[in-house]
Amino acid sequence: MSTETAPAPQGNAAEDQRPRIAVSALTTNLREYGLIIALIVIMLFFQFTTSGTLFKPVNLSNLVQQNSFIIVMALGMLLVIVSGYIDLSVGSVAGFIGALAANMMVIWQLGPLSNPLVVSIVCLIAGGLIGAAQGYWIAYHRIPSFIVTLAGMLIFRGICQALLGGGSSVGPLPDGFKALSSGFIPDVIGPLTLIPPTVNAAGKTILGSGLTLHMTTVVLGLIAVLAYAYFGVRTRRKRERHGYEAEPFTLFVIKTLVASALALFLVYEFASYRGLPVVLLVMGVLISLFVFVTKRMTIGRRIYAMGGNAKAAQLSGINTERLTLMVFINMGVLSALGGLIIAARLGQAVPAAGLGSELDVIAAVFIGGASAMGGVGQVIGAVVGGFIMGVMNNGMSIMGVNVDWQQVVKGLVLLGAVIFDVYNKNKA
Amino acid sequence: MTTILEMRDITKTFPGVKALSNVNLSVEEGEIHAVVGENGAGKSTLMKVLSGVYPSGTYDGQIIFQGQECQFKGIHDSEHKGIVIIHQELALVPMLSIAENIFLGNERARYGVIDWDANEARTAALLKKVGLKEDPKTLITNIGVGKQQLVEIAKALSKDVKLLILDEPTASLSEKDSQALLDLLLEFKRQGMTSILISHKLNEINRVADKVTVIRDGRTIETLAKKDISEDRIITSMVGRSLDDRYPPREPDIGEVVFEVKNWSVYHPLHAERQVIKGIDIHVRKGEVVGIAGLMGAGRTEFAMSLFGRSYGRRITGEVLMMGKPVDVSTVSKAVQHGIAYVTEDRKTYGLNLIDHIKHNITLANLGGVSRHSVIDDMRELAVANDYRKKTNIRASSVYQMTGNLSGGNQQKVVLSKWLFADPEVLILDEPTRGIDVGAKYEIYTIIARLASEGKAIVVISSEMPELLGITDRIYVMNEGRMVGEMPAADASQEKIMRAIVRGEGKAA
Repeated sequence: MSTETAPAPQGNAAEDQRPRIAVSALTTNLREYGLIIALIVIMLFFQFTTSGTLFKPVNLSNLVQQNSFIIVMALGMLLVIVSGYIDLSVGSVAGFIGALAANMMVIWQLGPLSNPLVVSIVCLIAGGLIGAAQGYWIAYHRIPSFIVTLAGMLIFRGICQALLGGGSSVGPLPDGFKALSSGFIPDVIGPLTLIPPTVNAAGKTILGSGLTLHMTTVVLGLIAVLAYAYFGVRTRRKRERHGYEAEPFTLFVIKTLVASALALFLVYEFASYRGLPVVLLVMGVLISLFVFVTKRMTIGRRIYAMGGNAKAAQLSGINTERLTLMVFINMGVLSALGGLIIAARLGQAVPAAGLGSELDVIAAVFIGGASAMGGVGQVIGAVVGGFIMGVMNNGMSIMGVNVDWQQVVKGLVLLGAVIFDVYNKNKA
Repeated sequence: MTTILEMRDITKTFPGVKALSNVNLSVEEGEIHAVVGENGAGKSTLMKVLSGVYPSGTYDGQIIFQGQECQFKGIHDSEHKGIVIIHQELALVPMLSIAENIFLGNERARYGVIDWDANEARTAALLKKVGLKEDPKTLITNIGVGKQQLVEIAKALSKDVKLLILDEPTASLSEKDSQALLDLLLEFKRQGMTSILISHKLNEINRVADKVTVIRDGRTIETLAKKDISEDRIITSMVGRSLDDRYPPREPDIGEVVFEVKNWSVYHPLHAERQVIKGIDIHVRKGEVVGIAGLMGAGRTEFAMSLFGRSYGRRITGEVLMMGKPVDVSTVSKAVQHGIAYVTEDRKTYGLNLIDHIKHNITLANLGGVSRHSVIDDMRELAVANDYRKKTNIRASSVYQMTGNLSGGNQQKVVLSKWLFADPEVLILDEPTRGIDVGAKYEIYTIIARLASEGKAIVVISSEMPELLGITDRIYVMNEGRMVGEMPAADASQEKIMRAIVRGEGKAA
């Protein structure tokens, strides 16, 4: 969550007539809070309409595993869109990489190179190269990204299908590889049984009865929550030490408590099932990394400046060509990771893997508040946008809503979110 | 003479701000009536009320035009009555022809089929009236800003205009084009047309206006008749105080040569055979303010931008020396590293990220100065931004205000701050006071003087000769890609500069 609240200098007698900025920071972050609240409302809605299925630990694990690839790719897409570009090829690239991985592990006899870890690394590099190839034309020859990546979308879907020999699928993929998507982190600490499972008359335990906690997940969750609170306090201290007023203390406490409570609830949910899904851990690390890069690092700042006004950025000494290339390389690598996650979840590579997912990814970024003109958008927004799409998919599927109508609803939500944004901006 | 327009007690409030309070404006038929005021004084708001951009009902007060009270619901209504406004930012479609633009939305057509011959014939007649010698089929993108302005006027004439409103018509025109435009206004006046002229340029007002209405802080201050119009009088009532001197006093303390350019040549980026800059030599000393005078199209901006990381042009040759040593300025970041900064003439297009706040804009050219290992130190950045905000006197609610919401003068101060934070030795300022009001201009001049006294070498490119004469130590005159004159500011005068340009023109031909 954003910790960027606008502090105001204190004790600056001559100049201190400005309004308390901490208050206006709340309104500027309203979009972000509003989005999270929208996600919670949608989740509660489906929790109700699915008679409690949504929040069942097994379903939450499913939800994460089904949607993680969208969110991973949305991280890259956010940077692409903030830079003022678009990438339509991500679904096809993901499909192609899945096919490449499956062929390397199952069809081509590569000996030690068929090891899932080696294959994954090769595939990520291949994704980066694809991104570089597309980014090169966009950055150095100023070919519109819409066109370059539309071409990429056709090309890589075609290669994907060709690699899979027409309409067939390639599999099954080794278990070690599938763990990327369907695995859970090992419980190195050992489980803690709070309520022993019921044993029936035949001497067999009834599945899902009792309560056993995956302690490694619990410990990791607690560490994460404590770290979040610690860094929150530290940032506040630092601000105060420099003579700037941070947000009101009560607001800070409430924010931290609510976020921690939500996080602990999720930790409990996962711990009472099979623990933390591997893919959630990967996603969590990537999200933290991208939040840090966009909020704190110079390269992040430069990307926003380029998207806001490319000419001004250039005249401020920013190498916009190289930056564009890097944004597309990053997108390529994340598309490849998305492709690996899809293949690992299905346990095989299929010609239609990732088909149409570029639209879900782009929708997630726009629901998350990014501007199609570039220069505006937040990582957390894109992630929450991705989850909103995911929860709607999952919830409507459980409710038994027809797939056709699911699309209609998703389309309306996307339109509504963007109209809300534009309306808010005009009002401000 | 009869009163053609009377605006009575116009009050317009926006949420939280009173933009206009009881403004009165009375315009006689056949006169040129100037409306002046600092940026944000309410001139544009008043004109938007008049032209129906703010529809009747959203403001209080009366508009009486040709003896009738008018309640305009939109621009269409006011244009129907013959009130036509030409905005500062031209509203022409670049990829359409002159004729297409003039009759856009108003095409001579039968059943939706356009009669192109009729349109073009009519266009040709209109172009003749405004003195523009161009084929009606020429695309707007292929003619200069000065000519585009004339097309806008022709467009207004096509609508049977009774009252022509020009909002800062000469803001982006060269001296020559401005003169032509003002002559045209006088010609229209002879034909009996009434115009309202909004301008910052007091010498122009002096020349053409019959009356001047001064607006300050959303109120009418006074209306001056022709015989009372003087620059000093206008300035005094505009800013509410007397600016004894329009340029801050300065004791030049000039040292050794810091920055030198030798035999600089540049070719046009698209037309490979066209040489835009033809072997220029200049030098600037420590603590010196050097001006570059010239007409629009003389190549001044092209020269500066080609120096600054080859941001303009192709086949660039020549040498740049800092402290006598040749330096590589082939990219912007190299130029910045060597201590060169270029403050653009077009702050909105080239200077600012308008959708980001002041703080991020100020540090953009020197992110290294607020970061360690590529990680930005939030607190240091905030301190820097607040520091420069105070130094350059940026008026904003905080450094978290979007630069897009600032007035022109404050935007210019943000761009200046950005480059000051990059800590350059040489600062090239391209039209640093374009489109900003008298008060902000004075502040910019003060900053320039302070930088010079701190030992920076400063180059000022300006189309306003009084400004160059007022703030520089030495003036280069540029024309058609060459330096055609150089003179100490103390010996220079507008006539001398013009003479150098004209002589240079003769030489080039």
